[in-house]
Amino acid sequence: MRCGDFKENYLQDEAIFQSLPVKFFLTLFFVFLLIFPFVANAYLLYMANMIGFAVIGAVGLNLLTGFTGQISLGHSAFIGVGAYTSAILITRCGLSFWVSLPIAGLVSALAGMIIGLPSFRVKGLYLCIATLASQFIFEFIFVHWESMTNGITGIHIPPPQIGSFKFATEKDFYWITLFFAVLAVGYARNLVRSRMGRAFVAIRDRDLSAEIIGINLLHYKLSSFAISSFYAGITGALWMSFLKVVTPEHFPFILSIQFLAMVIIGGMGSVLGSIFGAVFMTIVPEFLGYVTTVVKMQAPGYEQLFIPMKEVVFGGLIIVFLIFEPHGLAEIWNRVKSVFRLWPFSY
Amino acid sequence: MDIFLQIIVSGLATGGVYGLIALGLVLIYKATSVLNLAMGEFMTIGAFICLTVLTQFHAPFYVAFLFTLLFAFVLGVVVERVILRPLIGKPIISVIMVTIGLGVVLRGLMYMIWTPVYRNFPDIFPPKPLNLGFAIVPSGLLWGFIFAVIGTLIFLSIFKFSRTGVAMRATANDQQAAQSMGINVRWVFALAWSFGAMASVIGGIVIGNLSGISVYMGDIGLRVLAVIILGGMDSIGGAILGGFIIGVLENLAGFYIDPLVGGGIKNVAPFFILVLILVIRPYGLFGKKTIERV
Repeated sequence: MRCGDFKENYLQDEAIFQSLPVKFFLTLFFVFLLIFPFVANAYLLYMANMIGFAVIGAVGLNLLTGFTGQISLGHSAFIGVGAYTSAILITRCGLSFWVSLPIAGLVSALAGMIIGLPSFRVKGLYLCIATLASQFIFEFIFVHWESMTNGITGIHIPPPQIGSFKFATEKDFYWITLFFAVLAVGYARNLVRSRMGRAFVAIRDRDLSAEIIGINLLHYKLSSFAISSFYAGITGALWMSFLKVVTPEHFPFILSIQFLAMVIIGGMGSVLGSIFGAVFMTIVPEFLGYVTTVVKMQAPGYEQLFIPMKEVVFGGLIIVFLIFEPHGLAEIWNRVKSVFRLWPFSY
Repeated sequence: MDIFLQIIVSGLATGGVYGLIALGLVLIYKATSVLNLAMGEFMTIGAFICLTVLTQFHAPFYVAFLFTLLFAFVLGVVVERVILRPLIGKPIISVIMVTIGLGVVLRGLMYMIWTPVYRNFPDIFPPKPLNLGFAIVPSGLLWGFIFAVIGTLIFLSIFKFSRTGVAMRATANDQQAAQSMGINVRWVFALAWSFGAMASVIGGIVIGNLSGISVYMGDIGLRVLAVIILGGMDSIGGAILGGFIIGVLENLAGFYIDPLVGGGIKNVAPFFILVLILVIRPYGLFGKKTIERV
């Protein structure tokens, strides 16, 4: 019986799959993901897609905020940059979705690096305010650069296609989302155990010491911003192709907060946590929406009370997790796991 | 030329209010090193409370005003005690995020209680505008400016002359030294939050009077960040001066740049200024140069 983690060399400690049971359950989970579209209805598939986009965005933000310790309040702006880049490339330049996707990521990464540049001079509070400002500036650009973005009318995007096959329904799109979500999570999981990931963590824990042991701060901070924004750009391009239209209202400040909430609630500095956070934060509003409709049927007139419930719950969860469970759902998950692993001799 | 002066004057009047709210932010930041991103929501909730007391209970304005101040005081103490104190010593991201969370919760609660309907204040101030000769100041702006200036002066004199104010300054300077001199640092923290909240609700009432209130008025709280970055995060004088500068620049941008880009620049101008300051002079005009540059 396993009663703890015993690692004899660094190779074991760095392994992506830490133990046999992990591999087993992960395989089960993949099988489930592959069967899922054949048994689920359109609504569940829609939710699965939304969760997929949230996972990609949250993992990206976690690389920046959770691992490198740089706060970004402008994640939704980078998502917007990616979405608009892809939309403009598809509709104006006639590029295919598959070509526009990486370009969207790269343009977002560039935007992220520009915003991240001040991180070399300022940090903490100041950086947080700088990213907040960039959020509002980008929002302004989305609305007012009408020749490019069509302003508030937005841009309609045709569905992606391979040959003559169009990914038009939720079910078809699920495969795209799944592919990129798995790719994103796999890359992040691998990154954090690499030289770069360890540099990120070192910068987060103490930037002075990190520089002393030879980590080039500017290089790694900017890389972190770039990777995180690249993820955001991919998220935006995928999400908007799924919705088939992109408008400035999709990228409000609250979306940035929502992504930060995913990272915090899931657990900062944990890839698995971001996945939990993304799933949780996508399902909770949906559940609240369901409660609203029930209330509307049972007690008409009171459903007004439930419309802002989403915000109250988001904010409340952020506060509660920060105060009582700063390591997030990932930590809860670990505790639950160890209860089972150590049972009946936990001590 | 007339229009230019007019813009400057009304910019100064708005700037007074910005200065007051910025003062609240600086008070909190100086004493507790927390940047309160829920300031805009404090402001809005104050304006709503004042309006409700005025219209529902038909109370005279000064009663509503005092009640709102009392409410702000309690709000500040409660927020500090319940939300901020457990996070003392935690990483900066937690502290920032918790104020954001607080702001989101407050906004949602306001939405529930007062619905997102846009409201107007009843006329509190005499409607006669002031004619300066070269420019005309609308009555709302004028009275708002007077209120903001009086509020600022009161806070400044408390800070400068009263025993509490000295305790607050001492705490801002060195927490441990203050504590060993017998200053109740916890109480100072709570007071700083209360004063911050009070400054912001006065700002909220003034702005509510000028342009009506809705749940979304809180966005102004984020624009005020530009003010404290410009003035320096820990400088009270900087906050007030910064308020005037941002107020004027915002109004100028609104008038001269708006036609070029199709509107809306007034609300974003402070953020452009903010980024510019961060690039050129991150510690602001009067801030202490304590940023580590590594």
